[in-house]
Amino acid sequence: MTESLQTKVLTANLDIPDLHRLDVYEQQGGYASARKAVLEMSQDEVLETLESSGLRGRGGAGFSMGKKASFIPKGTMDKFLCCNADESEPGTFKDRLLMQRNPHLLVEGIVIGAVAAGANRAFIFIRGEYSEQADILDAAVDEAYAKGYLGKGVFGSQIQVELAVHRGEGAYICGEESALLDALEGKRGNPRLKPPFPANQGLYQGPTLINNVETLCNTPLIIEKGADWFKALGVGNSTGTKLVSVSGNVQRPGNYEIELGISAREIVYGLAGGPLPGREIKCWFPGGSSAPVLEPADLDLPYTFEAMAEAGSMLGSGAIIVVDDSVPIVGVALRLAEFYRHESCGKCVPCREGTNWTVKMLQRLDQGMATPMDLDIVASVQENIIGNCLCVLGDSMAMPIGSMIRKFRPEFEGHIEAARAAADQAAAVGEFSAVELAATPDAGAGVG
Amino acid sequence: MSTPLPKRKGPLGWDEAADLEKPPARIPEAAETDVPAELRERVEALMKRYPDRRSAALPALDAAQRVHGWCSPEAIAQVAAVMRVTPAYLASVATFYDMLKTEPLGRRYVYVCTSVACHLRNAKAVHDAIEYEAAAQGLEDVDIREFECLGACDMAPMASVDGRYVGPLDTSDAAELVSAIKEDREVLPGRGLPDAGFKLPWEDSR
Repeated sequence: MTESLQTKVLTANLDIPDLHRLDVYEQQGGYASARKAVLEMSQDEVLETLESSGLRGRGGAGFSMGKKASFIPKGTMDKFLCCNADESEPGTFKDRLLMQRNPHLLVEGIVIGAVAAGANRAFIFIRGEYSEQADILDAAVDEAYAKGYLGKGVFGSQIQVELAVHRGEGAYICGEESALLDALEGKRGNPRLKPPFPANQGLYQGPTLINNVETLCNTPLIIEKGADWFKALGVGNSTGTKLVSVSGNVQRPGNYEIELGISAREIVYGLAGGPLPGREIKCWFPGGSSAPVLEPADLDLPYTFEAMAEAGSMLGSGAIIVVDDSVPIVGVALRLAEFYRHESCGKCVPCREGTNWTVKMLQRLDQGMATPMDLDIVASVQENIIGNCLCVLGDSMAMPIGSMIRKFRPEFEGHIEAARAAADQAAAVGEFSAVELAATPDAGAGVG
Repeated sequence: MSTPLPKRKGPLGWDEAADLEKPPARIPEAAETDVPAELRERVEALMKRYPDRRSAALPALDAAQRVHGWCSPEAIAQVAAVMRVTPAYLASVATFYDMLKTEPLGRRYVYVCTSVACHLRNAKAVHDAIEYEAAAQGLEDVDIREFECLGACDMAPMASVDGRYVGPLDTSDAAELVSAIKEDREVLPGRGLPDAGFKLPWEDSR
């Protein structure tokens, strides 16, 4: 029954042995779409097809891919396409699967994306931790160059598409598009002030289109089967399929490709097996750790961009993290805050200070040094981050932490009480008191 | 590759206060900087891949780190001499990225993911067990650290051993993982993502 809940389009061929080799990929009809886009279609026709398919960005923001490509100005200057393969959003591992098993689908998608944007130079920015996948992509790019599918005059046309794989060195912020561009230019990955937007002034100040791996991997299918075929999948403005990464407290974590619009319950219970026996779901992140948490009752919502937004969260990168009732919510909040504190680039004060203070306050809370009033302060810190920075990294902590405090306030208050009682008891028997613990550098801190 | 890295003694490199009397380091003279031929070739090839040579900074520092074990002042000076940029510029880059080491922490690495999804599946205990075993077995020259989400939450809890993803891990795997690294054997054969026929334990039950 689990197979029938999946709609395998992007992942249809993944089990074919050696699919990462160009000859095997071509036996499955590979590169026919890129050839068609380059030789038989005009740039406007490619743009029109992508736009009318309703394909929305799969990296997190969910913006129309065709529309984004149409913002690239026309002209003879160097134009760039950057594939965002920095997949660092906690809980997300869908692009890893695509790049590892079907690298040529991405290369083909990049050729199509380059035609749409009129770009002559393309880069795949892959996170440094994915060294194995980067090697696979390097080999695929070499194969495509040798065949004349990349380089000057692709498929014998006048079109030039140069492609190189660029490895990051471990920084979550480089998934933010303007930070990605700085990292690609060889700098610290700090987000840029926008406008100007990358479409006008991006990489090396040139017009730049930036798309996620899964977004680009969808384009060969749309060119092959048509916009109407793609639009027929999904519901409303959430067209197509989505690769969903399910993780956390479920029986079968993994990547599942679903048609947008099936219920989240079908994904979490039907595909991922639901929580372990005897456990109940406490809450779930619908779109990576940056998405505000939702409650078990929200599992009956259709899994679409719109429904998740209406519920006060977001579909984001399509990563569902399930938290069960065995896990204290304070621990989850602290872990998250520590992550964002570590990854904040430090450029904007609300994010740099806000993530740091959130960690400190959650630690106090966990160590029995807080009162329920501190919860209001933590919540107000979150409100002062949102919308006040150059990029959304700070918001990405503030939104889920704010939602946890709102939805699990009684548990936070109970945790404060229990931690205070434990600290008092420890002090009474002569163990470290809470005050002494706080004086210890990095007490209770994890990564940082 | 086999010479052990110097052990860190007190403040070093980036933790030292800047000497404000000293003029900033200039771009090292190419003729006066001894750069291993292989590294020079690699950095020069990397610079050619981009319209702007400075784009090669990240991969070039990574290449130098492979030679020196970390982004030491010497490694940075060598890259700076080939790339024709100041050491300060490269130091600013190296200090930003987690995978570029500005201290000699070890030539090999074990990154144990302890981010949210792995946290929910007991990753901290796995990390602590590996750290405990490494100390017990006297494992040296390996950088063992908690790491941010490595993008393998389906394998949680998991670790990246020099880029090879292994998982799902249990605290009971720690001893074998550490001794395999120590004896230079493959770590947990069959349980690495790139291994032929790799499957998650529950994948057959679908």
